[in-house]
Amino acid sequence: MRLQIVKRSEDPPKWLPIATSLGAVVLAFVISGGILAAVGADPLQIYRYFFRSAFGSWGAFSDVMVKATPLILIGLGCALAFRMKLWNIGAEGQFYIGAFFSSMVVMVPLVDVNTTPPIVTIGLMMLLGILGGALYGFIPGLLKAKFGINEIITTLMLNYVAVFWNNYWIFGRWSDAGFQMTPTFPRRVWLPRLADLAKQNPFFSGMTLHVGVIFGLIVAVVLWYIINKSRWGYKINLIGDNPKAARYAGIDIAKNIILVFMFSGALAGLAGMTEVSGVVHRLQERISTSYGFSGVIVAWLAKLDPFAVVLVSILFGALLVAGREIQPSGVSFLIQGTILFLVISSDVLMRYQIRLVNTKKASVEEAA
Amino acid sequence: MNFEIMLHAGISTGTILLIAAIGEIFAERSGVMNLGVEGMMLLGAMAAFKTAYNTGNVWLALLAAVLAGGVLSLAHALVTIHFQADQTVSGLSLTFLGTGLALVLGEGMTGLNAPTVPNFTLPLLSQIPFIGRVFFTDQNLFVYFGYLLAPLAWYYIYKTKPGLHLRAVGEKPAAADTLGVSVYGVRYLYTFIGGCFAGLSGACISVAITPGWYSNLTTSGQGWIAVALVIFAQWNPMRAMLGGYLFGFLRRLLLDLQGPAMLLGLRNPFFYDHNLVFFLQMLPYVLTVMALVWGSSSARRKRIGAPAALGEPYIRGERGL
Repeated sequence: MRLQIVKRSEDPPKWLPIATSLGAVVLAFVISGGILAAVGADPLQIYRYFFRSAFGSWGAFSDVMVKATPLILIGLGCALAFRMKLWNIGAEGQFYIGAFFSSMVVMVPLVDVNTTPPIVTIGLMMLLGILGGALYGFIPGLLKAKFGINEIITTLMLNYVAVFWNNYWIFGRWSDAGFQMTPTFPRRVWLPRLADLAKQNPFFSGMTLHVGVIFGLIVAVVLWYIINKSRWGYKINLIGDNPKAARYAGIDIAKNIILVFMFSGALAGLAGMTEVSGVVHRLQERISTSYGFSGVIVAWLAKLDPFAVVLVSILFGALLVAGREIQPSGVSFLIQGTILFLVISSDVLMRYQIRLVNTKKASVEEAA
Repeated sequence: MNFEIMLHAGISTGTILLIAAIGEIFAERSGVMNLGVEGMMLLGAMAAFKTAYNTGNVWLALLAAVLAGGVLSLAHALVTIHFQADQTVSGLSLTFLGTGLALVLGEGMTGLNAPTVPNFTLPLLSQIPFIGRVFFTDQNLFVYFGYLLAPLAWYYIYKTKPGLHLRAVGEKPAAADTLGVSVYGVRYLYTFIGGCFAGLSGACISVAITPGWYSNLTTSGQGWIAVALVIFAQWNPMRAMLGGYLFGFLRRLLLDLQGPAMLLGLRNPFFYDHNLVFFLQMLPYVLTVMALVWGSSSARRKRIGAPAALGEPYIRGERGL
C-alpha cells in the first residue's frame, strides 16, 4: 500500500470545500493552542473563556452579532471582488471613509438633525457612507484598470491615508472638547437597537444589536442573486476564471474592475456607517478593530459564497468579542492568520486527490 | 533643518527598506511574489529584540531574525510552489500570521532596552568633504552592509550563472526546466532568501537603526512600502537602493518640517496647527502610490515588465509559460 497524489479529472465532491474550511478552523485552534502552550499560557482555559464570552448568554451573542455586522458587509464586498481576482485589501480604509462621510451629515451638518425626520437623516447617512466607500474604492480601481498597478499595495497604502484623514477631523475640527472623538450624535440619528424594545420586553435590555445586521442579510441575498443569476455576475466570474476568454467575448474588463472595486468599497463604506450610527454613535479613533482585514479572511474561508460569508462572520464576530479582553493581545490575529493559511493550503485538495493505492494490484494492472 | 543631517538620517532609515526590497527582488525574480514581507519583518524585529534582550548578544539576535523570516517564508514557498496556492492570498495570510506570532511572542517587551548593533565612522572615507559626513560618519553597520549589498545583488543577478538561472526561472520556467535547472529548487531557495532578508530588515529596525519594540508600530507598514519599492525599482537592486534612500530622506524631511516656526520665509502652517501634521503623515503612503504610478508607466515606456512568470505556479508538462 502507498499514498498516491493524482490530479482530479472531475469536479471535487460538494462536501469537500465545507470540510476543508471546517478542518482549517479546527486545526488553526489546535496549532494556536500549541503556540500558546509553548509561551506558557493555558490554551484550554483561554478557549473556554473564548466560548463563554461569545456564546455564554443572549447578551453575549448579541455582542457577537454586533461585531459580525461589519464583517458580513465587508466580507460580501471582498467575496465579489475576489471572484474577479481583484485583491481589495482596502476595506479598512473604505470603512473609515464611509464612517467619515456619514458623520458629515451630523457634524457639518448637512441637515438640521433636530427637525428632519430621523428616517431621512439616517437614510442620508447610509447614502453618504456608501458613496464615500465607493469613491475610495474608485481610486485603486482606476489605477488598476488604467495603469495596471498592483491593487494590493495601493489599497493598503490608502488604508493608512484614511486613518490619518479621520484623525485630522477628530483631533481637530470635530473634536469634542479636545478629546479624540466627535461629540455623541443625537439619539435621533442612531440606528434602532434591540435594547430600544426593553420597555415592552425586559428580555432585550442591554442588547446592542442594531438593524445594521439586517442590511447585511439583505446584501447577502442581493449578492447571491448577482453572482448566480445575473448577467453581470456571469461576467465577473468569467473575468476571474479566464480573463482571456472574457476579452474575446468582448467584455470591458477595465470598466468592470472599476465597478467591482466601487461596489466592494460601497459595502465597506456602509459598514462604516452602521458602526458609527449603530454602535459608537460618533466618529472616533479605532472604530475598526481591523474589520477590513478580518473581512478578507471571512470571504476566503467562506469560499466566496455570500451565505457562507454570513455564517463565517458570526464565527469571526465571536473571535473579536472574545479577543477584546484576552491576553496576549495578538491571539486573535494569530488564529485568523493560521485559519487563512490553512484554508489556502487545503485548496490543493480541490485539485488533487490523495489515494491509498494497493501496490500489488497496481503493478498487476500495469503489467496487464 | 540641516540638509546634511537629513541626508544622513535618510540613508540610515532607507537602509531598512533597501534590505527588505532586495530580498523581495530575489524572490520575485524567481517568479514568487511574497506579500508576507510585512509579517516577516515584524516577526524578525521581535525575534531580534527578544533575543538581544534575553542573551545580550546582538549577533545572535540577527541570526534569530534571519531564521524567523526565513522559516515563515518556507511556509509560503511550500503552499505556493508545491500546492500551487494563490501567491497573493498566501502572502497576505503570512502577514497576518507573522504579525500575530510577533505580538504574542513579543508580549511585555514594549519599552525595554536591549543591546544594539553599533554605529561607527569609517576612517579615511569620512574625510571626504560632505560625502564623508553623510555616508561614512556615525552610520550603523547595517548602512555599510547596504552599500555592499545592492551592487553585489546587482552583479549576482545580471552577471553570474546562478543569476542567469534565477532570471530564467522567473521569465520562462519551462525553458529553464529543459536546460536542467530545477525550477522548484530555485524558487524555494530565493523565496527563503527573500524571507531571510525581510527578517533581517526587521532586526535592522528593532536592534539597530530605531532600536526598540513597539508591537505592530515597530514596522508600521514599511514591509508593504518595501514591496511597492520593488515595482518602483523595476526589479533592479541598484534602483531599489536609490528608491530606499529617497524614501528614507522624504520621511525625515516630513519629520523636520514640523519643527521651525518659519519655512522659506513664510509662517510654517505645521508649526501653528499641529493637526495639519496628519497630512504630513499621510504623505509617505501617498508618495508610495505615486511612485508606483510613475514606476509602472516608465517601465511600460522602456518595456521593462515584471518577471513574466511572476505569480504563476509551474507545473511540469502543462502548457503555460
